[in-house]
Amino acid sequence: MTETSQHSGPVLAADGRPLKASLARALRREKLRAMLLIAPLLVFILITFVVPIGQMLFRSVENQIVSDVLPRTSEALEEWSYNDGAAPGEAVFFALTQDMVVAAERKEHTRLGSRLNYEESGISSLFRKSGRKVDEIGEGYADQFEAVNPMLVDPAALTQLFATSAWSEAVASDAELAVTRTFKVNKDVAEALPRASDAFREFAVFNQSVDEKDPRKAKLWNSVSLALFEDLRQNPAATVDGPASAAIAAAAAAVPAFDVEDLAQSFAKIDKDWLDPEVWTVIKRYSPEFTNGYFLNAIDMEKTVDGPAWRDEDQQIYLKLFWRTMLMSMTITISCILLGYPVAWLLANLPTRQANLLMILVLLPFWTSLLVRTSAWKVLLQQQGVINDIVVWLGLVSDENRLQLINNATGTIIAMTHILLPFMILPLFSVLKTIPPTYLRAAKSLGATNWTAFWRVYFPQSVPGIGAGSILVFIMSIGYYITPEIVGGTKGVFISNRIAYHISSSLNWGLAAALGAILLAVVMLLYWAYDRIVGIDNVKLGG
Amino acid sequence: MATVYNGEVPTPSLMGFTIPLTAALGGFFGLIAGQSTGLGGLLGIASGAVAGAVIAYVLISFLSYKIGRLATIIVVGLIGVSLGGPLGLVVGLSAGAILGWCAYWLHLGRYRASLPPYATSGQVLWHNTFKFICGCIFFFLIAPIITIIPLSFNAQDFFTFTPEMLALDPAGYSLKHYQDFFTNDDWLRPMKNSLIIAPFATIISVSLGTLAAIGLSQSHVPFRRAIMAILISPMIVPLIISATGMFFFYSQMGLWMEEYLNLSKSLTGYIKVILAHAALGIPFVIITVTATLVGFDNSLTRAAANMGATPTVTFFKVQMPLILPGVISGALFAFITSFDEVVVVLFVGAAAQKTLPWQMFTGLREQISPTILAVATILVIVSIGLLATVELLRRRSERLRGLSPN
Repeated sequence: MTETSQHSGPVLAADGRPLKASLARALRREKLRAMLLIAPLLVFILITFVVPIGQMLFRSVENQIVSDVLPRTSEALEEWSYNDGAAPGEAVFFALTQDMVVAAERKEHTRLGSRLNYEESGISSLFRKSGRKVDEIGEGYADQFEAVNPMLVDPAALTQLFATSAWSEAVASDAELAVTRTFKVNKDVAEALPRASDAFREFAVFNQSVDEKDPRKAKLWNSVSLALFEDLRQNPAATVDGPASAAIAAAAAAVPAFDVEDLAQSFAKIDKDWLDPEVWTVIKRYSPEFTNGYFLNAIDMEKTVDGPAWRDEDQQIYLKLFWRTMLMSMTITISCILLGYPVAWLLANLPTRQANLLMILVLLPFWTSLLVRTSAWKVLLQQQGVINDIVVWLGLVSDENRLQLINNATGTIIAMTHILLPFMILPLFSVLKTIPPTYLRAAKSLGATNWTAFWRVYFPQSVPGIGAGSILVFIMSIGYYITPEIVGGTKGVFISNRIAYHISSSLNWGLAAALGAILLAVVMLLYWAYDRIVGIDNVKLGG
Repeated sequence: MATVYNGEVPTPSLMGFTIPLTAALGGFFGLIAGQSTGLGGLLGIASGAVAGAVIAYVLISFLSYKIGRLATIIVVGLIGVSLGGPLGLVVGLSAGAILGWCAYWLHLGRYRASLPPYATSGQVLWHNTFKFICGCIFFFLIAPIITIIPLSFNAQDFFTFTPEMLALDPAGYSLKHYQDFFTNDDWLRPMKNSLIIAPFATIISVSLGTLAAIGLSQSHVPFRRAIMAILISPMIVPLIISATGMFFFYSQMGLWMEEYLNLSKSLTGYIKVILAHAALGIPFVIITVTATLVGFDNSLTRAAANMGATPTVTFFKVQMPLILPGVISGALFAFITSFDEVVVVLFVGAAAQKTLPWQMFTGLREQISPTILAVATILVIVSIGLLATVELLRRRSERLRGLSPN
């Protein structure tokens, strides 16, 4: 008594701290402990699941390949526009030569070609052809430079000219370093001969890193001579220091008299498509590092000069496929409701013992491997399968016109209704189980007919169960892949089959990612609705 | 004249009810017999209906229940043999059993046994129709799975019942598809891969999942809903999207592991598939274990702590035994998810990691071989075992926690 009267301040805990602080500390510790228990799994899921999906979503807009493979060309193209009505000028073709030589040596041009082929067919072969012949461009200049002074096309002399003195000295002391030490460009020379030193750096680095060769002993690319010509033509006063200064000065004096190669014509000789502004628009359009092109493709649109536009009617496939996926998922969901409701009602109203026995018939398919059920349907639905045999045996259908039950939408709907039916029955059952049977009796004793009692009293209470089951079935069916792939043929496939096709056959990964992103958005929306209606905590498995 | 209800179901009229209905059923069987033997549908219906009427009259007027049922089965079975050989015998025996049952079911008023006596005939009719519809739906659920079991014993490489099988000729049956499964390396290696991948994936999902479920069930968890949504997401996101995402990510991860950890190509392949499957199995563990923890009495852990047990001891001696059923059924779900999974392994795995479902998938899509049916039958038996285990565990858990009245 005396003690309490002495303390007029805050209530204290046993250890003398204020109770409030003590409780807050305990709460904090409890939160920390919970988080520590959750953290390993959360990190695991984030790394193994969330990051991969995020990366896939990023891939649907990412488009670095053009600016990676053709960096100079995409920069040079910035000033050109389709409305010029003609192919771009010499500067762009010069940049294209430099990029293509590097790309062809690194074998990246075919990859870029197939990427751009998604947007405009024919580009793939254009790039492949050009990659083979682009090394001939600039050959004339190489010969003419050689006539002026052989040093100008000698890789060893040029290495000396373009390399930094530190690099040259290191290589002089240890010849091994010519391969392993990355080539560095001399800044003074780069200022005087910017294009040539850039071209030579590409040449040297390629030989070092890909071929693992000493650039001084490699065969010089003609593009270096082309670049040197371009530099000297634009800046005849260019001078360099060192042993090559005399040769460069002589070359600068000789260049005005050189035979000039028309680069656009050289490319046109490889393939006349290079003069087609359409091709250049595609390259220019896909030069930025990010694109909405895949998403436009995924909804049957394409980029044109006047902005996004719908594809021709006969080329529209994805919207139709999305629509078909939705329609078939809805059909499957409705069939599941129609078949699942009576069964769930029966299970909920039978005595426990009988209900448990019948529940086994629902749970056995639920536990049976998906592939077992799919193969069962493939076997049953075939033209020479069990169902057709029975129907023919009964004489309902003649042997010649057996029913076409597989490799079409019918097959997919039958098989998937069977596969997803337990996912409708189980949530529906758990809701119906909670509706007291006395309500129905009360309604009837008040004079309602059987139908009114069911429709006005029982059914409204079962709607949450229908909602839960339907969303679950719908979510599962719009993303289904295996069953449609096996029993769907061409008419009964879903959008997921198209995604798989783009991943494994056509290799158009960006489009696959864009289609996946759209599908994911739809599923997430439904998931959100499911969470609002049922709550993810209330998902139950196996009754 | 008003009938007085005396607690018994009135016997329905023989001529006006039982005989016509049994005759109709007989007509239906006659139709099948007529169509399948080529005698013609009309003749079949007529003779079947007559037979049905005669059977109903004889059974009800002269014979007791047991003798009557047996006699019908034998008689109709004999008719079946004479019409269609061994298969006819089987069909005839079943038809006889159904006809005899139907006649007594109608005559003794069993069709309204589970209804209150005041139910109108419309209600009785609807009640029985409803039961019949439900029966058909149960048939739809279970028949495809049951049908493949006899088909897997087919002696030929067909996917339907051969005439020999229908004639119940032993030559029509063989174990050769099972033999193929157990000797062919195309099937044994995938089986082995499945048995390597699934247990490891299960161990990862169960250990991490159980800890997290315990954490989530504490009373104060910040961002509980968001965390739950992330942890459940592998179950909600369509498999094809998970597979696409994992395809890109795991191939880079595999290269990284090969380069920096110096792991062999085959080992990284297994690690990739195991990690992917573990991620897919986690939602099931979370859901089942959280459901078990809902009824967990936290005063038990407090009591244990009160008596001096450390948190670790409390966990293993008090908490774990009580949530064990949930953990085990979560583990079974995780196991079956991995064991049954094909889309992700198709994208993430290499040929060396080919699993059983993958092999079945290729088999179904390309060279369809009847060995698939043998594999399917084995898997059905495995799933019956799993189902039984999960059900027993669930009941045990409910009993332990006192949720169930029995």
